[in-house]
Amino acid sequence: MAEVVDLREAIAGSVKDGDSVALEGFTHLIPTAVAHEVIRQERRDLTLIRMTPDLIYDQMIGMGCASKLVFSWGGNPGVGSLHRFRDAVEHGWPASLEIEEHSHAGMANRYVAGASNLPFAVLRGYVDTDLPKVTKTIASITCPFTGEELMAVPALRPDVSVIHAQQADRRGNVAIWGIVGIQKEAVLSAKGTVVTVEEVVDEFEPRPFQVVLPSVAVGAISVVPHGAHPSYADGYYDRDNAFYEAWDPISRDRERFQEWMERHVMGTQDFAGHLQSIRKEALR
Amino acid sequence: MTGTDGRVGGAEGSYTTDEMMTVAASRELRDGVVCFVGIGLPSEAANLARATHAPGCVLVYESGTIGAKPDVLPLSIGDGVLAEHADSVVPVPEVFNYWLQAGRIDVGFLGAAQIDRFANINTTVVGPYESPKVRLPGAGGAPEIAASAKEVIIMLRQKPRSFVEGLSFVTSVGYGWGGNARAELGYAGAGPTVVITDLGILRPDPETKELTLTALHPGATVEATKKATGWELKVEDLGPTDPPTDEELEVLRDLRARTAAARKGTAGCGP
Repeated sequence: MAEVVDLREAIAGSVKDGDSVALEGFTHLIPTAVAHEVIRQERRDLTLIRMTPDLIYDQMIGMGCASKLVFSWGGNPGVGSLHRFRDAVEHGWPASLEIEEHSHAGMANRYVAGASNLPFAVLRGYVDTDLPKVTKTIASITCPFTGEELMAVPALRPDVSVIHAQQADRRGNVAIWGIVGIQKEAVLSAKGTVVTVEEVVDEFEPRPFQVVLPSVAVGAISVVPHGAHPSYADGYYDRDNAFYEAWDPISRDRERFQEWMERHVMGTQDFAGHLQSIRKEALR
Repeated sequence: MTGTDGRVGGAEGSYTTDEMMTVAASRELRDGVVCFVGIGLPSEAANLARATHAPGCVLVYESGTIGAKPDVLPLSIGDGVLAEHADSVVPVPEVFNYWLQAGRIDVGFLGAAQIDRFANINTTVVGPYESPKVRLPGAGGAPEIAASAKEVIIMLRQKPRSFVEGLSFVTSVGYGWGGNARAELGYAGAGPTVVITDLGILRPDPETKELTLTALHPGATVEATKKATGWELKVEDLGPTDPPTDEELEVLRDLRARTAAARKGTAGCGP
């Protein structure tokens, strides 16, 4: 049952060293505030799961939170490479990073299997690509009814799934609208959840394509306005494209990255403090 | 000839080789088709097509937007502008399972980091997988788009390091080892029917499926195109690409200008 708590408390209570953690949000509603809190609390040895590891996983990998990454596309969307991710894979810095990579279709179906309490999902995909050679979690399977060869991928069951949503209501139901990505499946496949929201409202307004996660499917809820910055929250704020571009040179250099993270994440109390810190620098 | 600045033609009415590539790619998209669009170059070409000769094409993005009608180019695959006027917005598993896998996509429009002579694509690593020289973003939606779309259009700039003899990694299958490979692999779609580059247009040989140069853009030469290709490029029935029309250039530049203005609008660190 959903409970509104402070984000610091939510992470302290929900995310343990060694956990598998999925932070989802398909370029929309990316849960940056949670990623920062995990970094601040210096969680280690995490298996990070995410279809599109972007800036938040670049930061978590670069700060040494992760020992493994499960993903399908790792880049700075619309800008270029993820330099901390690349440095970890290409040079083992700050530590070696085990990777388990899939296609988007494979990852999406893995979440669906997890949410459905099935051991695996079946799809038409990967055939004759090199992915099954390097990823152990892809195997062929024969349809018992037609004899057709298909591909199977095991269910994802993260210890904790994390999403950022626009709203929660007083009863703890959670509403997402606009591009809803894989958030519903990520939440329903996980053992525990942390949801950050822009605000708590008395009642939801009906909106096109809105997804409502019922309170019974949700654990901790924390109110973090602008918690998806630099991504966007439909109805609240736009993508801060300049930040995505600025991240490229910041993340390219190990020392500059560390110095930036110390100043704007480790050296701030919470996400509001982080936003104030980067805004102050931008105005200077 | 193409100038060193990549411009073609004189000062007046001149255009870049990238503009030619985008225009040539947009022409391949027929009106009314359902097109699964990759971000970057394909997204620009698909939206140029929608704004010119193919207003009825249905653009599908992997973020789950179906019938997207962006007025500026999306900054990313999940940009809000894609959802704003879309016919429908669906969760990610639906777009891959109910739309792509179910055979509802006519054309897959892909970019690539590297391509080989049978239009297989690498977007995973350059060098050995365990110790890559360059770690690329990975598969994304491409393997299943390449497999299941009824046909595939690929666009990328033609360079020796992108048109290679052997791929370090096959992320998405074009024609496999050539010939009948796709049918033997049980792929539903017909595969890549055209590869558009900044120099010309390549199409698969009807029998062998080897990519063959069939058109040259104005200013490009066979010699330079062969030099930009990592395998012995075959040339067949070579024709010229029509240069961009005034309308195509005007619409493309207008689209880019509006996109640049919109990007500026989001500048500034923090809310």
